Amino acid sequence: MNDATARAVLAQVVDPEIPVLTIEDMGILRSVSVDGTSVAVEITPTYSGCPAIDLIEEQVRLALAAAGYTRITVDRVYAPAWTTDWMSDAGKAKLAAVGIAPPGTEPPLCPRCASAQTRTISEFGSTACKALMVCSSCGEPFDRFKDI
Amino acid sequence: MSVFGYLIRHADDNLILSHRLSEWVSRGPELEEDIALANIALDHLGVARALYGYASEVEGMGRHEDDIAMLRTEREYTNLLLTEQPNGDFAQTMVRQALVDAYQLSLWEALSTSTDTTLGGIAAKALKEARYHFRHSSLWLVRLGDGTDESHMRAQKALNKLWRYVPELFESDATDREMVEAGVGADPAAFRPAWDDRIQSTVLTATLDLPDDIPGRSGGRQGFHTEYLGHILAELQWMQRTYPGARW
Repeated sequence: MNDATARAVLAQVVDPEIPVLTIEDMGILRSVSVDGTSVAVEITPTYSGCPAIDLIEEQVRLALAAAGYTRITVDRVYAPAWTTDWMSDAGKAKLAAVGIAPPGTEPPLCPRCASAQTRTISEFGSTACKALMVCSSCGEPFDRFKDI
Repeated sequence: MSVFGYLIRHADDNLILSHRLSEWVSRGPELEEDIALANIALDHLGVARALYGYASEVEGMGRHEDDIAMLRTEREYTNLLLTEQPNGDFAQTMVRQALVDAYQLSLWEALSTSTDTTLGGIAAKALKEARYHFRHSSLWLVRLGDGTDESHMRAQKALNKLWRYVPELFESDATDREMVEAGVGADPAAFRPAWDDRIQSTVLTATLDLPDDIPGRSGGRQGFHTEYLGHILAELQWMQRTYPGARW
């Protein structure tokens, strides 16, 4: 077992609040280091209060244990602070496909009709990382992944 | 020990403010605002958890973050008095929030370059969130101040009422000085000019009057609180005190 095989295992772990994204897509997975059947993983929370981080840590442990690792340590690192710049392009495409406007687009485009005529209803949405938007062209309300 | 105390005071600010904001859940003036207040409460709680968790590491006594948060007495809490003030009406909550947000913007900015890289990382993350918080609270302040006669009157009343807790934000004590010297902390007095800019321009846009400087109340950093903290702790700690070690 090496770093790459452990990474492949972790590539299956998804964000519980946005299950189309893996923790690798999100940029939450910061490092993986394998020594025999021991593995040390570093993850970083997206928002300070992200309630998903405990569940993510548990899923990382479960996935690695199922893959045969016997000593698993998961550390949370805060420096450098997570940014939406770490989200992969594949991750952004997946978000758009499920109707969540990905970060890094200004103005955010309507995921339904691709109009740029969109406006913010509230910067605080259904999860810590999302804002509530509405499309002025087609009237569709949607979530936007906030730039941070 | 000073690093521990330094982490704890900022954790306490965030835990207590988070608790106050969470009291709004299901009582917000509109659905979006209810969600926003819960979101902001969660951000502050997350910062508190990160700081308590790191503090327990620094202390090295095997105390869990929950032990520190849930099993200290009122005198051991060192949050700013402003953070424990009651929600009052929505205007009072938003004024309190704007005053704290404007302070935390400077605090997190300064701490993000701390020589303590863990504290620096927590601060860098909190800074990004504080920008959203202040945009939200300052926009509300403008809407309320420059809104109806009623909302203007309430916002002004809240500003006047909370103003006496402002000077405490910028007081330095021995812990601050020690942390500044070590390159870990920042001098709160240095936050005042930027805070004044933020608050003055918001208050001006909101057509509100900046209150006259009045003698401030302080003591939070030394554990001397207003009558409200004891009640907050009674509610916050009830579960852990009644069922010690309870987990879910």
